[in-house]
Amino acid sequence: MRKHLALCVLLVTPAAFGQGTPNAAPNDSAALEQKIRDLEDRIVALEGQVRMLKAQPGASAAAGTPVPAVPTPSSPTSTEAVAQTATAAGPQEPVHLGGAGTAAAKALNPDISMIGDFIATTGQNREVSAPVMEMHESELGVQAIIDPYARGDFFLSFGEEGVNLEEGYITFTALPGGIVAKAGKMRSAFGKVNTLHNHVLPWIDRPVVTGNLVGGEDGIDDAGFSVTRILPAPKGLFLEGTAQLFRGDSADVFKSSQRSDVSVVGHLRGYGDISESTNLDLGVSYARGHNDLGSSFITNLYGIDATLRYKPLRRAIYKSFVGRGEFIWSQRQQPGGAACLPGGCPLGTAPNFQRAFGFYTSGDYQFARRWFVGGRFDRSDRARDARITDNGASVVLTYWPSEFAQVRGQYRFTRYGASVSTLSPPGKEDANELLMQIQFSLGAHGAHPF
Amino acid sequence: MMKRLAFLGLLATLLLPSFAFAKKLNVVTSTTDLAALTQEVGGDRISVESIAKGYQDPHFVEAKPSFLLKLRNADLLLSVGLDLEIGWLPPLITQSGNGRIQPGANGYLDASQFAEILEIPQGKVTRAEGDVHPLGNPHYWLDPDNGRRLVKGIAGKLGELDPADFEYFQQRVADFNKRLSDAEKRWEAEMAPYHGRKVVTYHRSWPNFAKHFGLDVVGYVEPRPGIPPTPSHTLDLINLMKRENVKVMLIEPYFDLRTPNSVASQTGAKVLVMTPSVGGEKGVDDYFKLFDYDLNLLKQAFDSTK
Repeated sequence: MRKHLALCVLLVTPAAFGQGTPNAAPNDSAALEQKIRDLEDRIVALEGQVRMLKAQPGASAAAGTPVPAVPTPSSPTSTEAVAQTATAAGPQEPVHLGGAGTAAAKALNPDISMIGDFIATTGQNREVSAPVMEMHESELGVQAIIDPYARGDFFLSFGEEGVNLEEGYITFTALPGGIVAKAGKMRSAFGKVNTLHNHVLPWIDRPVVTGNLVGGEDGIDDAGFSVTRILPAPKGLFLEGTAQLFRGDSADVFKSSQRSDVSVVGHLRGYGDISESTNLDLGVSYARGHNDLGSSFITNLYGIDATLRYKPLRRAIYKSFVGRGEFIWSQRQQPGGAACLPGGCPLGTAPNFQRAFGFYTSGDYQFARRWFVGGRFDRSDRARDARITDNGASVVLTYWPSEFAQVRGQYRFTRYGASVSTLSPPGKEDANELLMQIQFSLGAHGAHPF
Repeated sequence: MMKRLAFLGLLATLLLPSFAFAKKLNVVTSTTDLAALTQEVGGDRISVESIAKGYQDPHFVEAKPSFLLKLRNADLLLSVGLDLEIGWLPPLITQSGNGRIQPGANGYLDASQFAEILEIPQGKVTRAEGDVHPLGNPHYWLDPDNGRRLVKGIAGKLGELDPADFEYFQQRVADFNKRLSDAEKRWEAEMAPYHGRKVVTYHRSWPNFAKHFGLDVVGYVEPRPGIPPTPSHTLDLINLMKRENVKVMLIEPYFDLRTPNSVASQTGAKVLVMTPSVGGEKGVDDYFKLFDYDLNLLKQAFDSTK
């Protein structure tokens, strides 16, 4: 700050001097102009350094550059403004954290965001009950760069009653060989929908196939390791491989009864730009783990996903289309077909596979800056009894008042292949529902979904 | 043939990283303006590529995986900063698997530190004001003085990464500065008659431009940054333009022209699709042509709406 003042004085002095001697030769005034310009540049450079110091106190302290020891009451940065307004008012004793002051401590706070998800449901559905209104999820995101080699991301999702660690992992970003590794609890890379948080889905609910075969809303979300690398490919093609190892507990898909019951997930992604506004994203996935019947019962999942995106660059904020589809095959080992109920199997029955298949296809079209319309078709067998097939279709309309809020309506028709409580067909059940959702985001600006 | 050569070059870069590094710096920038300025400094000793296109809204670039292919081999990543790229650049950096360009690493440069930043909000910031940038307005490259400062900063970084070419970069900076000050004189002379003219812009993209060239921005088509026009705000804008006798509207190429056109038809104003970035229009392929193009449009518009 003192430097600033000194520079301002320096800047003013020659200017005043110049005014005082109007008869100076034109050469002199040109030189003075140049000098003023240089000084201006130096002030701008200093201002920039001050901004950088404020933003990255850790880096600056490490570099040994002088940091203002006492916080200056100047314009707060975003994180400060968002996260620290409450404490900013009161008188403060400088807290010394490794040599940096309170301003530095605040600037080191992670980016904090909160996303609220309110859902109202009407209509009749005798199979799956959802309350008429619920604060479905409140997701707290806490994200920061840990050190030059890694970043950390936490997503805690608060239901109306309990809290769940949706994701919490460290990402090693500076490993040799172009490898990106993660450790912690994370949504696995099985297909597309499984990787997405609720608030970035193009629908209010998740597809039927996700519910029937891939663990529903929680999905394959487990503690473990993940390694991703971009693979060599012909020019213009993006190829990426992901391999993951998990403990083996994921919703009703995988269950670990002993330490060796780990599950694995592999994903291969190919992406290509068809034109500057259109691209195609294809993936194949595989997951294998032990199911809830015990260590000797395996569930294999195979998936294919395809996403076609269209977004003309000049009108990117007004117009876009995304077509998606995922096809999933499940092989669930269980004794004697439907003879086995969850948690209990008649002893001595030979394992066999329930082979279930399911898919969804959907399209979302943005027809104005704030408006999206979309539809989805669902069909899926049930994992435990592949003879039962559920079908569904949805129409979705979304309105975005701003980038930070959205209001969505969805009409959903579902034809259940059988009553959920019974395990044998027939007995079809129809459900017609109207869902309404309001989502809103507070705090740090998150990444746009892709 | 060229493509094949480029591919072989890429392959060579992969196979012999240290050798290739010494040969030619591989720079990726978030926007075309930074690419143009980096090219001015780096000349033929570097290769530079931008992620966003000049006619694209830099707030809303998609984080396509194809950009990862550029990023993973980059020696230097240049960003505009001030949260302009917050929606798309951070995930790309994380996924790139390139330790050199991670924030804090030597190959990551936030160019905003070199420039004069306007519209830094004072006091508490809330999104009631729209998509505000708490660190200040990120459209700073539209002031030629900032262009000069950026080039100096970029040259410093390039010299640090490639000390052998330090002198070469400094020479190019001197050459750029000379051409820029000549151009600035020309531009200033062109704009002198229109000093203090009132204009309306769509988004807050032009504060640095307006400051440098003496324009007075009195209103915006957007009611708040990032919020699309509303009927009541449009009505207010029409009244304001009539009251203040505003005859020129500056619209970025990626915004819808419906509202600006309807405002123009009711106020007799002229709608100018000005490019805020290099590459925003055909032929605007360097930093000088950017101002040539925009100022020429402005001059014509001011002349025809006296």
